Amino acid sequence: MNPVYYLYLASLLFTIGAAGVLIRRNAIVLFMCVELMLNACNLAFVTFARMHGNLDGQIIAFFTMVVAAAEVVVGLAIIVSVFRSRHSASVDDASLMKL
Amino acid sequence: MENLIAPLIAAPLLGAAVLLCGGRRLDRAGHWIGTVLAGASFVIGVLLFADLLGRGAEDRTLHQHLFSWIPVGSFRADIAFQLDQLSMTFVLLITGVGTLIHIYSIGYMEHDERRRRFFGYLNLFLAAMLLLVLADNYLLLYMGWEGVGLASYLLIGFWQHKPSAATAAKKAFLVNRVGDLGLSIAIMLMFTTFGTFAFGPVLGAAGDASEGKLTAIGLMLLLAACGKSAQVPLQSWLGDAMEGPTPVSALIHAATMVTAGVYLITRSGAIFNGAPDAQLVVVVVGAVTLLFGAIVGCAKDDIKKALAGSTMSQIGYMILAAGLGPIGYVFAIMHLVTHGFFKAGLFLGAGSVMHGMNDEVDMRKYGGLRKYMPVTFVTFGLGYLAIIGFPGLSGFFSKDKIIEAAFAKGGTEGWILGGVALLGAAITAFYMTRVMLMTFFGEERWRGRETASPAEPSAEPAAEERGRHAEPHPHESPKSMTIPMVVLAFGSVFAGGLFSFGDSFVRWLEPVTGYAHGHPPISAAAVTTATVVALVIGVAVAWLMYGRVPVPVTAPRGSLLTRAARRDLLQDDFNHVVLVRGGEHLTRSLVYVDHTLVDGVVNGTAASFGGLSGRLRKLQNGYARSYAVTMFGGTAVLIAATLLMRAV
Repeated sequence: MNPVYYLYLASLLFTIGAAGVLIRRNAIVLFMCVELMLNACNLAFVTFARMHGNLDGQIIAFFTMVVAAAEVVVGLAIIVSVFRSRHSASVDDASLMKL
Repeated sequence: MENLIAPLIAAPLLGAAVLLCGGRRLDRAGHWIGTVLAGASFVIGVLLFADLLGRGAEDRTLHQHLFSWIPVGSFRADIAFQLDQLSMTFVLLITGVGTLIHIYSIGYMEHDERRRRFFGYLNLFLAAMLLLVLADNYLLLYMGWEGVGLASYLLIGFWQHKPSAATAAKKAFLVNRVGDLGLSIAIMLMFTTFGTFAFGPVLGAAGDASEGKLTAIGLMLLLAACGKSAQVPLQSWLGDAMEGPTPVSALIHAATMVTAGVYLITRSGAIFNGAPDAQLVVVVVGAVTLLFGAIVGCAKDDIKKALAGSTMSQIGYMILAAGLGPIGYVFAIMHLVTHGFFKAGLFLGAGSVMHGMNDEVDMRKYGGLRKYMPVTFVTFGLGYLAIIGFPGLSGFFSKDKIIEAAFAKGGTEGWILGGVALLGAAITAFYMTRVMLMTFFGEERWRGRETASPAEPSAEPAAEERGRHAEPHPHESPKSMTIPMVVLAFGSVFAGGLFSFGDSFVRWLEPVTGYAHGHPPISAAAVTTATVVALVIGVAVAWLMYGRVPVPVTAPRGSLLTRAARRDLLQDDFNHVVLVRGGEHLTRSLVYVDHTLVDGVVNGTAASFGGLSGRLRKLQNGYARSYAVTMFGGTAVLIAATLLMRAV
């Protein structure tokens, strides 16, 4: 099967993720969209590894998963604490960091 | 013997340090300490002089290297002294006249409670002046040059409680600063041209340098000389400097410091010899000042200011002679020495008269004093005969030689310079006779008249103790004052003849300054005759105006020239209009440019950055998603740019 199709799929997933980040307000959904973008990248890495016949892409995909897992832990903790103090999961409500 | 050069300077320097730091406990002995140390310096000077006389003419240069002051790469400034015939002449004049004036000041300043400080300043002056003439490089000379400027400032403003004295001191300091700038530029030019500023190498290599550079150095040296020696256009300070105590006027502003400019030009003779244009300017400055000072001297009623005009004029003669090159250097110095004697004597005489007249300085309130002050009259009279060039006295020999050298310049220039010098001699005879007649002859105009009106505060604070408003009782001054006057009178009478006897002075100085015999277009005898005729005319005119008819007590209005001369030929007005006003306008326009242009650029830059950041600040709105858009947009632009570059 032609590996290029995997790349098409990866870009489609990335685009969906990016659009989600830009459009949705809910922090949880936004978070899932970020995961989607990361996984789209993973798919592209693996595909490139297959196309070029070396393992570099595969290894980077593992690294990305570890980083994504760590990010989920930290991110969810922040979201939960924001929700507790403000009773809202909307990212637009947390817009205090401005002049 | 060369080890004695440093003690020569150290003695008065020690005196200055002891007297100025010693405090009040030295008040009672201060004047003796100062006088003894000045005298010690003179004795050392005489010992060195005897040593020099014992050597061959070519072997009369002593060097003493004390230490390396500032050694940086090729820049070497040493504390080192050079004693040759020229320095020796100055050393004897400075320490000799200086010691006499110290003795005179003991009596003159007797009632001044700050007498110790006065002697400290005098010693400081002696040390600085000796440093000036003994330095073996221009930088050390500059140090002495500034030192005498400082001492002059301190002594002119010695009676600092008088606003006029304080102002005069500041004026002298500021005008001198203009000249000092010339000297510092000259030294810098020397360093770039010759790579050093020691006398030996600079003057030895002067012949190899380009004429343009020599002219530039020469003109800067002349500017320095103009400042220190009160030559046109920097002459305005000397008249006001008479605010200082009279011994100061005699020592600093007549005999020694003001002649430093002549020393500088003579010492730098090798530079001027290679720069005829600079020499021409020197000669013109000398000739102009000679007439300028003489005309001012004719109109002044203040005895010290009349003498100050005369000093200016006589130094004009010296500068003129020094500008003539090897035919004139020796005579410039010879006139300098004889002038040192008779002018110091005249000033001391004037001080003695003031001392006996409740510190009145207006000659219109003198008259007939010869009966009351016989010693002052005789010594002043001998000084008077010497300065007008009475045949046989000092001034005759030296001035006559200068006039002869001026004619010997050759061509039209020679005739003009000689004519100016002769005219100057006639005016000298006129104003000095005027001073003499107004002071010592005629009716006693001080009778029944209070002196030193309250509108013009007395020159000497001691006058207040003696009763300012009483009619003066002219009396002879104490021995400590008359003895120096007598010694100086001897110098005024005999020095010229001694120097001219067998051309001894010429042969003494020739190895240092060089000498070329000038050949005037008319015979020397004719020049001498013309000088004597000029002298007789001057004396006769003065007698007709001030001897035959009584002198009015209040000055008549006088002609336009007289009134201008009373105002120092409008020199202060000129300075005010051109320099002060001009400076103010320049400052104002510069301030305007600073406020509009410079501040405008600075403030404009700040304001534009402020406005820009105010706009950029709006981008920081706190919405995470808008930052994400920016990020995506930026990434997209970067990727697009990368692809585009690839494609190209």
